[in-house]
Amino acid sequence: MKKTIITVVGKDTVGIIAKVCTYLAENKINILDISQTIVQGYFNMMMIVDTNATDKAFGDIVDELDKLGEEIGVIIKCQKEEIFDKMHRI
Amino acid sequence: MINIFEVTETNKMIEEENLDVRTITLGISLLDCIDSDLKRLNEKIYQKIYDAAKDLVKTGEEISREFGIPIVNKRISVTPIALIGGAACKTEDDFAGIARTLDKVAHDVGVNFIGGYSALVSKGMTKADELLIRSIPLALSTTERVCSSVNVGSTKTGINMDAVKLMGEMVKQTAEYTKEDDSLGCAKLVIFCNAPDDNPFMAGAFHGVTEADKIINVGVSGPGVVKTALEKVRGESFEVLCETIKKTAFKVTRVGQLVAQEASKMLGVPFGIVDLSLAPTPAIGDSVADILCEIGLEYAGAPGTTAALALLNDQVKKGGVMASSYVGGLSGAFIPVSEDQGMIDAVTAGALTLEKLEAMTCVCSVGLDMIAIPGDTKATTISGIIADEMAIGMVNQKTTAVRVIPVIGKGVGETVEFGGLLGYAPIMPVNQFSCDAFVNRGGRIPAPIHSFKN
Repeated sequence: MKKTIITVVGKDTVGIIAKVCTYLAENKINILDISQTIVQGYFNMMMIVDTNATDKAFGDIVDELDKLGEEIGVIIKCQKEEIFDKMHRI
Repeated sequence: MINIFEVTETNKMIEEENLDVRTITLGISLLDCIDSDLKRLNEKIYQKIYDAAKDLVKTGEEISREFGIPIVNKRISVTPIALIGGAACKTEDDFAGIARTLDKVAHDVGVNFIGGYSALVSKGMTKADELLIRSIPLALSTTERVCSSVNVGSTKTGINMDAVKLMGEMVKQTAEYTKEDDSLGCAKLVIFCNAPDDNPFMAGAFHGVTEADKIINVGVSGPGVVKTALEKVRGESFEVLCETIKKTAFKVTRVGQLVAQEASKMLGVPFGIVDLSLAPTPAIGDSVADILCEIGLEYAGAPGTTAALALLNDQVKKGGVMASSYVGGLSGAFIPVSEDQGMIDAVTAGALTLEKLEAMTCVCSVGLDMIAIPGDTKATTISGIIADEMAIGMVNQKTTAVRVIPVIGKGVGETVEFGGLLGYAPIMPVNQFSCDAFVNRGGRIPAPIHSFKN
């Protein structure tokens, strides 16, 4: 299974998780884990998702989530898990 | 499983501390293009490079998007052209014609630099080598993206002083030929001792004859990441300092290894090496000099600089070698002047001189790099500077290099602007005493005693 990390950072507002999750559901992306904190009023969320079942190209998901982030007023990044895994695990 | 703090740490490195993959360099052998017909040779060179590299830029951008890490440059290195053009080139312009072919193909595949307009003459020069060297000023002044390098010495062979003398003249002539652009041609010309075959960084990259037909080499960077990590251990002992640099270098290099493997897979080209260098850019916070300051110096160049750089270089290597299965190239801290805001500040403040930079090159990964000197500096003086630097490399069994820019029409106190990644530099004073009689002796300096290990 190829895992992907989605991070959402920005000013806290109503419905951030709802909107991101709706997008993921529509595109058959399964959420494996969510962790979230609020630091000094800033919303900070990380999701680990499984993109195996989606029909979309990875690059398109990156672009669409970026656009969704702009609409909500937060920054959404979507990166393959390996970069974190390589950096933090021996 | 990966946690939110680790993810945040990585993304902070990328977004705020300028962590990036500096270059993916595709090495291409041109040995099978050799032809005695010049026109056919140029056609073969163009076709081979175009076919091999047409997807390089696209692949780089795709990887960059998948992992969310910038890949700043995509570049090409080729077999030293003196070897490839020897049979076909009868004049300097024949060789410069190959440079124009390289320039065109670089433009057509969208890479910003192509390296390998080179000659390897550490012991002696063939006719073709000498012709290529003499054509460098013409080649660099009539092309935009071609980079040139000449290896004039090694620990095994000694130093070819005839080539050193000639290179002093060629640096000066290249400066003259490109004087309208503040002698920019010299920024694309490097003189080496112990040049590595697999260096991905420009301007010194070429694809050595010991290499496979094609190879992917990756250069990582991240001075800003090391600097930020060190801010957290201010006042701690050297043990803590070294441990922090080592761990950071490990993390940075792992990213390079990942990108190299992905690029290799996507392009169907074997992975060569990761070059784990701290390569600065003129951007604020992307400076090796700032790391030296964080270690405890007021400015780079202050007493203690050489020791600080030595430990930095060593820890970067120690952290990096565990992170990658194949480490190569130059691997260490780069100390270019014009490409590093902290170094520029040190020169302007009077803390850093050419002589101190020379001492620093004994313990860092390359040499006198991107240093602007007065335009009226004599060719023999430049040869003397080259000879000194080559001697450091030869005796210490390390790569050293010289990339100085005699800026025609400008003198000490003035500033020269190169633009982009090449940055800007205050012109530094050069020792005015003559070395004419030394440079004009001719011949070569024998290899040092410790080269005989058989």
